Amino acid sequence: MEPLVNTEKVAEFRSSRVNLTLVKNRLFQSVVFIWFSVFALLIIYPIIWLALSGLKSNSDFFLNTWSLPKEWLWSNYKAAWDAGIGQFFLNSVLVTLVSVLAVLLLGSMAAFGLSRFHFKGQNLVLVLILSGLMLAPQVSLIPLFKLLQGLGLYNTYWALILPYVAFQLPFAIFLMRSYFLSIPRELEESAIIDGCNSWKVYWHIIIPMGKPIIASCALLAGMNVWNEFMFALVFVEDSALRTIPVGLMNLRSQLNTNFGIQLAGLGISALPMIIAYILFQKQFVRGLSAGSVKG
Amino acid sequence: MTRTFRNSRTALLFILPALLLILMFVFLPIVLNLYNSLFRWNSFEVGKAFVGLEYYGRLFKDPIFFTALKNNSLYAVISLLFQVGGGLVIAAILEDKLIRRFQPFFRTVFFIPSVVSIAVVGLLWQLLYNPEVGLVNGALKAIGQSEWARSWLGDSEVAIYAVVAVSQWQYTGYMTMLFILAMQKIPYEYYEAAMIDGASKIKTFLFITLPQIKEMILVGTVITVIGAFKVFDEVYIMTNGGPGRSTEVLGTMLYRAAFRNDEMGYASTIGTVIFVITLTLSLVQLKLGKSGQEV
Repeated sequence: MEPLVNTEKVAEFRSSRVNLTLVKNRLFQSVVFIWFSVFALLIIYPIIWLALSGLKSNSDFFLNTWSLPKEWLWSNYKAAWDAGIGQFFLNSVLVTLVSVLAVLLLGSMAAFGLSRFHFKGQNLVLVLILSGLMLAPQVSLIPLFKLLQGLGLYNTYWALILPYVAFQLPFAIFLMRSYFLSIPRELEESAIIDGCNSWKVYWHIIIPMGKPIIASCALLAGMNVWNEFMFALVFVEDSALRTIPVGLMNLRSQLNTNFGIQLAGLGISALPMIIAYILFQKQFVRGLSAGSVKG
Repeated sequence: MTRTFRNSRTALLFILPALLLILMFVFLPIVLNLYNSLFRWNSFEVGKAFVGLEYYGRLFKDPIFFTALKNNSLYAVISLLFQVGGGLVIAAILEDKLIRRFQPFFRTVFFIPSVVSIAVVGLLWQLLYNPEVGLVNGALKAIGQSEWARSWLGDSEVAIYAVVAVSQWQYTGYMTMLFILAMQKIPYEYYEAAMIDGASKIKTFLFITLPQIKEMILVGTVITVIGAFKVFDEVYIMTNGGPGRSTEVLGTMLYRAAFRNDEMGYASTIGTVIFVITLTLSLVQLKLGKSGQEV
């Protein structure tokens, strides 16, 4: 008797279908891969161009825009550093370090207070702090400018550090508080039975346990402070106090015609953050994932 | 939820330093800004003359104000299209199981521009847009479209688009990263079920991925629109509102009124407008996404 269905044919049919999906998948993969590679090139090429052009002489820059430097002028970086970027860089390092340390210390303390204590008005305090996340710095620009003048802080490092800390704190507290809430309490409870007070619990238990989120906060706050432009433009006027982003503007007008050195200056400014991001991607991503708020 | 400590005095000690800084440097300026907008004053004279709502009347008759509003809105619409819309599609493709092994590379590359300061990005793109030495015109000539070449930032018809485009280049990868992180929290069973049902990739995206991450889409939409109304750095650096006043946005208009024309009262009214817009958008976010800020 003839079989109703020829099993051999079914197998053939099946395998050709499998082959077909395989081909379709391959095709999909290749198309996406090529398409995204073009994207990636569009995104990364300007940055590579910046790095390469920063090593060119001016005539090389004008004549061979697309090619590798004829002569790799590492001296451009030195020249940019000496033209003022060095000072701006050190100012940025100082302002960023102090601001980030203050954000971490004050932020973790506040987050501890908000996650481990129970007190009247707690929700109000929390809402107040978190609504700081929504405010646009432009609105505060003029009043802060007057306030800092009134306090005698205008045109000092503090004119940058204090507003930076205040504007970075809400987000840091938001991140740290939700992380601290997830730290199990058994350890603290036994520490309290052993006679530890709240400061000891904060310093010896919460801070060590909270290290991952503290690292994320440090990176995000550090990046925001390092890159901040508007406050830095308005709150200091002495060029010896300028941070890199505004300093680059000075360099632009100063070195109007020497593009190689200008681009080297841009490179010096961008490099620390790109390196930090590539080295500490995990911490960056954790912060973003927990916060989902644009700096 | 149990809290470890009940002593509210100690809690305040932990929270107070951060809270005071935030109140003083974030909240007080907002109130001062409203107050300031009712007076005619400048940064050198001591006295202030009360003018009531006069400046608000003037603002709503100022054609530059409407140019700025239009440009900020354009920023918002284009950013929604590219960063939220485009970011979603790119994220979904990178999360596809056939593509996922390329994901770490692409998402890292796409994200890199967003860690670089807007100052660097602005100065870099100013060079890229430069009609003589810039890569943009060079690239157009290379692909045989030299009639498209122009002075991108010097032409009042296209300058604002050129500036907005830079933001898309810089931040689409950032949004993509946020969406990838949200998509990775979707339980895999949902996709398995869709696969068994034979749903296509596009259907799976529309009926599983999108509804599952709608919270993140809302957050992304709101921070993108708020971001569009907070724009300052890139416009100030690349065009400073020009040519003419064609690329003026609220931020640069405020800066010009305050620190170029020294009309502090008028500048403060612009601050109030930015405040009202960003506050409204934040409230919309809180209202729509019930869990809004809380995790």
